[in-house]
Amino acid sequence: MCGIVGLFLKDQALESRLGSLLTDMLITMTDRGPDSAGIAIYGDGASGRTKLTIQSDTPADSFAGLVPALADHIQGPLNLSIRDTHAVLTLAEGASDAARAALKDLRPEIRVMGRGARIEIYKEVGLPRDVAARFDLATMSGTHGIGHTRMATESAVTTMGAHPFNTGEDQCLVHNGSLSNHNSLRRKLRRAGVHIETENDTEVGAAYLTWKMQNGATLGEALQSSLDDLDGFFTFVVGTKDGFGVVRDPIACKPAVMAETDRYVAFGSEYRALVNLPGIDTARVWEPEPATVYFWSNDGAPTTQGKAA
Amino acid sequence: MQTYDLEADGLRGLNASLHAQAQDTNQTAWEIVNPKGSHAIAVGLDAPIEVSVKGSTGYYCAGMNKQATIHVFGSAGPGVAENMMSGTVIVEGDASQCAGATGNGGTLIIKGNASSRCGISMKGIDIIVHGSIGHMSAFMAQSGNLVVCGDAGEALGDSLYEARLFVRGSVKSLGADCVEKEMRPEHLTLLAELLDRGGCDAKPEDFKRYGSARQLYNFNIDNAY
Repeated sequence: MCGIVGLFLKDQALESRLGSLLTDMLITMTDRGPDSAGIAIYGDGASGRTKLTIQSDTPADSFAGLVPALADHIQGPLNLSIRDTHAVLTLAEGASDAARAALKDLRPEIRVMGRGARIEIYKEVGLPRDVAARFDLATMSGTHGIGHTRMATESAVTTMGAHPFNTGEDQCLVHNGSLSNHNSLRRKLRRAGVHIETENDTEVGAAYLTWKMQNGATLGEALQSSLDDLDGFFTFVVGTKDGFGVVRDPIACKPAVMAETDRYVAFGSEYRALVNLPGIDTARVWEPEPATVYFWSNDGAPTTQGKAA
Repeated sequence: MQTYDLEADGLRGLNASLHAQAQDTNQTAWEIVNPKGSHAIAVGLDAPIEVSVKGSTGYYCAGMNKQATIHVFGSAGPGVAENMMSGTVIVEGDASQCAGATGNGGTLIIKGNASSRCGISMKGIDIIVHGSIGHMSAFMAQSGNLVVCGDAGEALGDSLYEARLFVRGSVKSLGADCVEKEMRPEHLTLLAELLDRGGCDAKPEDFKRYGSARQLYNFNIDNAY
């Protein structure tokens, strides 16, 4: 069991409240996942810049002097914004590969949690309330975000086993369920040269989507093919640069509730997660169909096609 | 009328109060406000009382009900009225998966749609759905009646025993050993009574009946993979 929440805002007036609304939803889902929590939030992105969310178990040592050290290796402006064990490194567009290579040499203990023009990912072990407080999630603003509360079944309770998982530029994945063919799929993906860090099943799901997209699939196509290639139970929510997507396995044991008003589209593992959203009493509330890929984005109506990729 | 604020006073207090009602209680009408999708609202009741839930509920609302009438003025989460023994549960909105699962008796009325696995392993309950139902509904259903005024999803009635399924709309697919059956006069009479009980404005003649082909009752080596 795990909990998923997601909120995509249509009304710009709500953007400053995104973090606080998502935090409330996330804490409500503590019963479904008390051992770790995480959030991916899509906030401001400056043009010509890109962001890396990095994490260290020893943030004081790892982040001290990091900007000057990196400046010797990469061109352009650099900025580091620290939140507890995480920090967002803002750098010139196109410099993220060089930065990752430099980080590996300079600070090998640093892990990259997310990359993209807008995405920031924060995740840690602990009760959702505590994790949210550590990162001060409630003060964050943005257009959309997804969150996850984890009850581990397939692998250890670690920061790297927490969700969301970054799958590509400005993309991430959260998962409720368990994949049963993740060991064989991990071996297959590793043979194909895909880097997979942990024994976690969802990381394999994320790596699978990344691999599919590297081989030419859109996100929508990758999700569609996951229905054939992933064995097990899953409700996936994926974050994209301009919206989010949802897909449930054909059996659809894992719960999913959506709510839509003219101000937002919201996702919750349970209706409980949505009850404090503004106007929920008059929202259209429904369950997404099994084996169907949905996307919501600000460039059009809901679609089952993969245009968000 | 007793009013109980679930958000203010908590779930245990609610169910303890409802369980404490005797057969001859004078407090026959209860209203629950602020359910906010909470789990296990009004479970295990065993008295002829009427409970109105003013909002949507989470998992297992009205589970194991005996005698009571529980009316949800909202939608219900997974497993509403699961293992009901008697009484009536009415959902004004939609019901999530496993509505009426393993129910032994009583009546479950869903005014909206029901999700997957509606009536899974039902054992005598009558379920009347005004809208449509999802996939794998009435899986291994043993007895009782499932009435669907809308459509049914994939694998309706897979591996079912003796439950009767009545569907007015389309059936996406039938599960293993479930077949369409002749609608005889006694079925039309039964269905008319069920539709009346469920408050459905539908004609029995518009429905089709589905049931077990009874080919899975005994082991057949040809069914093995």
